[in-house]
Amino acid sequence: MASALINVPERARRGEIIEIKTLVSHPMETGYRRTQLGATIPRDIIRSFVCTYNGAEIFRAELHPAIAANPFITFTTVATESGTLTFQWTGDNGFSVTQSATITVG
Amino acid sequence: MERSTSRRDFLHATGLGGLAAGLGVASAVHVRPAHATPAAMHDAVRQVVGTARVTPGRVKLDLPPLSENGNTVPLTVTVESPMTEADHVRVIHVFTEKNPRPDVVAFHIGPRAGRANISTRIRLADTQTVTAIAQLSDGSFWSGSANVVVTLAACLEDAP
Repeated sequence: MASALINVPERARRGEIIEIKTLVSHPMETGYRRTQLGATIPRDIIRSFVCTYNGAEIFRAELHPAIAANPFITFTTVATESGTLTFQWTGDNGFSVTQSATITVG
Repeated sequence: MERSTSRRDFLHATGLGGLAAGLGVASAVHVRPAHATPAAMHDAVRQVVGTARVTPGRVKLDLPPLSENGNTVPLTVTVESPMTEADHVRVIHVFTEKNPRPDVVAFHIGPRAGRANISTRIRLADTQTVTAIAQLSDGSFWSGSANVVVTLAACLEDAP
């Protein structure tokens, strides 16, 4: 069910600044909503997103309930070398999704 | 407060004294999604920056001036910085005044980002000011803010 979409350019010139777009499917239940019977719906959010480039962390975000459902984050990085970008989302109730993309730098 | 108070419990509590009943009412009121206040946002900011001075400028926060749906409001934050090893942005925090919690997100970046430019989508519970605070590698804090008018607020709707 949990799925992630990532957009990384397949190839880039060395030193080029590339834009990375990420989207992950998640309800991001805030913990402030109630059912019609008045019961609070427990919080269920993604708390952290980390992107590593060949093992080195290049971007990290701490998310709170104010992030919209299906968190969408875009950021940039410098294309330094060919390799793998790994994206990991972790959150409440043991939520964890990992996805990776490869980039060729020449 | 998931279990509703029975008539017997209620009478028992009021019989014990107005204090117990008063507390019951007070806690019932607090369970409602209490809006954070500008003071709560100020506290949250202080927790991040400590006693350091926050200078307005260098941070540009892009949000639509009018948002029809507070459940998903596009946000772009840009910080003027060369993003070199010697001078870069370390963290960008985003805060709101009137959401149930003042914190929205914290982005940790570094010289490898090349550019301090990040976009996401946030929830806004009310018409309010959103503030971004960036910490640079020299330890200084800079801020930028934007006003958003929200017509349909997030957090208020009931789930089916």
